[in-house]
Amino acid sequence: MKKINIVLAEDDEDDRLFFEEAITQLGLNTEIKFVANGDELMKYLNNHETSFPDLIFLDLNMPRKGGIQCLAEIRAHKKLTGLSIAIYSTSSSDEDIENCFVGGANVYINKPNNIESLKSVLLKVITTNHQYTNSTLNKDNFVMVV
Amino acid sequence: MKLVLGYHTPVLVKKVIEKEMEKLGIKFSYANTGQIELLGEIRDEVYYQLKLNLLEYGVYFQSNQQQQMIQKIKDAIDEFLFFEENYNYNLSTFISNKLNINYNYASNLFSEMTFTTIQSYIILKRIENAKTMILSGEYSLTEIAYKLKYSSIAHLSGQFKKVTGLTASQFEKIISKRNFQVSEKKEI
Repeated sequence: MKKINIVLAEDDEDDRLFFEEAITQLGLNTEIKFVANGDELMKYLNNHETSFPDLIFLDLNMPRKGGIQCLAEIRAHKKLTGLSIAIYSTSSSDEDIENCFVGGANVYINKPNNIESLKSVLLKVITTNHQYTNSTLNKDNFVMVV
Repeated sequence: MKLVLGYHTPVLVKKVIEKEMEKLGIKFSYANTGQIELLGEIRDEVYYQLKLNLLEYGVYFQSNQQQQMIQKIKDAIDEFLFFEENYNYNLSTFISNKLNINYNYASNLFSEMTFTTIQSYIILKRIENAKTMILSGEYSLTEIAYKLKYSSIAHLSGQFKKVTGLTASQFEKIISKRNFQVSEKKEI
């Protein structure tokens, strides 16, 4: 399996470490880039137009620019619109979930609080995304809650 | 008016290849499944142009033999699911007969290369088919379960929820709201 490039947009340092630990333990061939807010994410994407990440994990509540606004900008941008986006949030309200999907998110993750569940969530998201990207599956219908 | 599409991917790919090859004036013949043989040499520019043109349709050159085999297995799975009469066979028999390989080998290679088992890939494919049918608005869940050979609606609903984390009606609501929003934006 070729290298999977992942970006995590998350302002909380503890959450970033937790995420990194889980990904490392999975032992997949992944490379993670961390950005601390939505502004940084959009700058990073605009500077990497030739090597887009395979998957973006997006926290909803971040300073400067929040997840929902990033989502809207990415989906409105001609070059970025095909990117896979997984919302990574502490909220599990039906309203938040629906808003994110209607806004164009592919995956909604309710942040797990132990490492084993985070690992299984990440594995499911990464492998499912891989199938949508590499098989004849319709990505418009790629919506999943984990 | 709404048209409900069904499609058989290998036929689509074949048409695309034929069109693009003709555009660039490349002579070729079909070898095995998913392989073409160029009749004569082509220049590097033409090769890269072909690669780019095909990529626009999501068709790409496989870089090694193992990836080629994964593609063949996926094609065989598509074919298995597309023709109802195939359901009389076991998938494992179908794949090993079709590709002339040992099923255990195919299954291990698939898991190793894609981190998904053949079985979960099939589940994903069937749920995708169900999604398309749900969104067409032409079928009830009962009809979908019957057409996709689920043993019951409960089986279909359970698998749908397990794969997507959503119920079929939540899924339908989300996509139709999303499409509504997109069409509103276009009108502005």
